[in-house]
Amino acid sequence: MNVIEVQNLRKEFNSYTSRPGLAGAFRDLFTRNYKIHAAVDNISLTVKQGEMVGYIGENGAGKSTTIKMLTGILTPTSGSIIVNGMNPHKQREEFVRTIGVVFGQRSQLWWDIAVQESFRLLKKVYRVSDEDYDRHMGHVIETLEIGPLLDKPVRKLSLGQRMRCELAAALVHNPPLLFLDEPTIGLDVLVKLKIRKFLQEINEQYKTTILLTTHDLTDIEALCERVVLLDEGKIIYDGKLNQLQEHAVEGKQIEFEFLSEVPRSSLPRVENLQWEQKDATTWLGYINGDEQMVSRLISDVVQRNPIKNVRINEISTEEIVRKIYEEGMALT
Amino acid sequence: MSMYIEMIRVRFLMMLAYRTNYYSGILIYSINIGAYYFLWSAIYGGKEQIQGLSVAQMTTYVAVAWMARAFYYNNIDREIAAEIKDGKVAIEMIRPYNYLGMKTMQALGEGVFRLLFFSVPGMIIVALIFPVRFDASLTTWLFFFISLVFSFIVNTHINLLTGIMTFFLFNNSGLIRAKRVVIDLFSGLLLPISFYPDWAQTLMSYLPFQAISYVPSMIFTGGFVGQEIYKALLSQVFWVVILLIPIRLLWSLAKKHLIIQGG
Repeated sequence: MNVIEVQNLRKEFNSYTSRPGLAGAFRDLFTRNYKIHAAVDNISLTVKQGEMVGYIGENGAGKSTTIKMLTGILTPTSGSIIVNGMNPHKQREEFVRTIGVVFGQRSQLWWDIAVQESFRLLKKVYRVSDEDYDRHMGHVIETLEIGPLLDKPVRKLSLGQRMRCELAAALVHNPPLLFLDEPTIGLDVLVKLKIRKFLQEINEQYKTTILLTTHDLTDIEALCERVVLLDEGKIIYDGKLNQLQEHAVEGKQIEFEFLSEVPRSSLPRVENLQWEQKDATTWLGYINGDEQMVSRLISDVVQRNPIKNVRINEISTEEIVRKIYEEGMALT
Repeated sequence: MSMYIEMIRVRFLMMLAYRTNYYSGILIYSINIGAYYFLWSAIYGGKEQIQGLSVAQMTTYVAVAWMARAFYYNNIDREIAAEIKDGKVAIEMIRPYNYLGMKTMQALGEGVFRLLFFSVPGMIIVALIFPVRFDASLTTWLFFFISLVFSFIVNTHINLLTGIMTFFLFNNSGLIRAKRVVIDLFSGLLLPISFYPDWAQTLMSYLPFQAISYVPSMIFTGGFVGQEIYKALLSQVFWVVILLIPIRLLWSLAKKHLIIQGG
């Protein structure tokens, strides 16, 4: 079953540019230079029930705009959206009962009152029965370890504490679909791990579909099998995360730390091998080729120079994504 | 429905979270009433009546007008503007309720809070110091409260309208401030409408503002009697209904134009 079905979605914004200087400012009073800019440019996407999808892209790539259209906040310029079998914008009130949203940069709890009062209000807003609330939220509160925070006003919570409460607040009505827009922004490793573990749990337990945007690709690595890569409003990759790695990783990186300073000339020259100096005694070798080459290279280097340490580095997703954006690698 | 009641409760809690505001509020209102009392006694001098109101009626008018203001006055226009400006309105749009309805309920929560913990103690203080007369008949009290509810609705309508304008203007703090002055002046809070020159009275009778303050205060002080009361209440109902139209129109337009600021 498809939870999200998006066809040729497009969102344009009308923006104006300011002319420079005082004279320009006066001219801007009367006429303005308008420019149409497509934040989301003809994307199509389907997400099945129970999937965890990582939605990644640079700042301004159109991630948040997409999420805002999927949640019914913004109207699309063109294209069709069906989420949970409904049109998010047209059937807004009915639709939003079936989703949960966390905006990492925006609090949805009431700032001045205790966390539990916010929960209580949300419980009423989503018409959750007492039994459902106790059973479901009891579990959520326990796993996120926010029990002791419930009677504190939101403004007194730390970011990590608040974020866990935000997540719990988005789950009061146990929605089958969860949108998370940078939920781990600014959080420390421990809180991140806690949140990830929790998301995995609800995904397994309730088959909750999760669409996640983040700048922290370790989140995606830990949670999502599938990633959607966005660049300038267009989808440039949609598929399995490990496939992305296989496609993009053209070889390995080997780090040699020598005992003394080593000049470039004393390192072996082979085809498909590039050297990069990290510091005086450390060189990075990038090889492109079969597995055999790695061991051949290491034995070559070790024979010629005394070595302190050798490390074979996996290329991280972060680096892959960086490469994709910098080099504009085309993937299909 | 229960979620709207819950919202009123939450607003109550929020008001309680800032108690100092509340104490200082009582003081400020009492000082205001005092200042107007002395001003009016000076204006009256030895005169028995001006424009059909005696000095005692005038004092009561001022006191009632200010205390009624505590109930109908709210800052939801500024809140809506702030929520639009910092993009918080996005959160409101993912809730299964009517945003404007919820804002109205918040205003009501604030109003009820102030009526109970602000107007009532304030009135007692004022009644001890100044010659204010609260000996109106039971029916007058009843009409007064009915008309107070309408003045709350009319004022909230106007606030919603001003708030929604932020969607189109992006920064409308000037409009909000102007609206506040216009309401204080044209609603009869500072000066009863009957004191204005005839042409201004005619003009104001076409505007919704006197439904906010003038009507309940006049009913309470006995400035309106018999048929006049019903006519005044009807005019309030008229504005309650009429103002719904631009709100609906602007709101559906605003939702289409919605741009969430700050990503």
